[in-house]
Amino acid sequence: MKNPLDSLALTLACGFALTLALYLVARYALGI
Amino acid sequence: MDAIPSLARWFHFMAGIMWVGLLYYFNFVQMAALKSAAADGSAAAINRHIAPRALAWFRWAAVATWITGAALLGSNFTSAFALQSGHLAIGIGAWLGTVMLVNVWVLLWPAQKVALGLVEATEAQRNAAKRRAFLVSRLNLVLSFPLLFFMGAAGHAAVYF
Repeated sequence: MKNPLDSLALTLACGFALTLALYLVARYALGI
Repeated sequence: MDAIPSLARWFHFMAGIMWVGLLYYFNFVQMAALKSAAADGSAAAINRHIAPRALAWFRWAAVATWITGAALLGSNFTSAFALQSGHLAIGIGAWLGTVMLVNVWVLLWPAQKVALGLVEATEAQRNAAKRRAFLVSRLNLVLSFPLLFFMGAAGHAAVYF
């Protein structure tokens, strides 16, 4: 399987996905 | 105006822009430029004259960003890193920035020294170091997205949460 970090577009997608995931975790932790 | 927090915030922004700006320069400009430069034999100029200077500003901007960020946290330093209520957003940002700083100094810089030929290495070691530096740089690019989001969220919680 190809490493997504080899593709700039997939790297950016990983950045957005990680941001969304952490945002949802933070909201959950805050009880929102 | 409280001088220390105001100055720390100002320098934190400037150092952070330099750090992340150079990270984006490496990922969006230099990596692609090196590929095409290698094809016409001009990569040596980038590796010899541009990359070492950019890397020096990059890794010391990372240190300056972290120190000014820690100064800015002040008495909230422990609460932020403990991800305590009221400091969650800045805490996540602080942890991401810390991981990125460690990546720069512990993983990226030693690999770059080998990749750029600043230390003795075989061709195989040099190629492995180039690959390692590339992946760490890309990882920090990924981490910079939530880093900037949570740094922004920390000062504007009402907008983000």
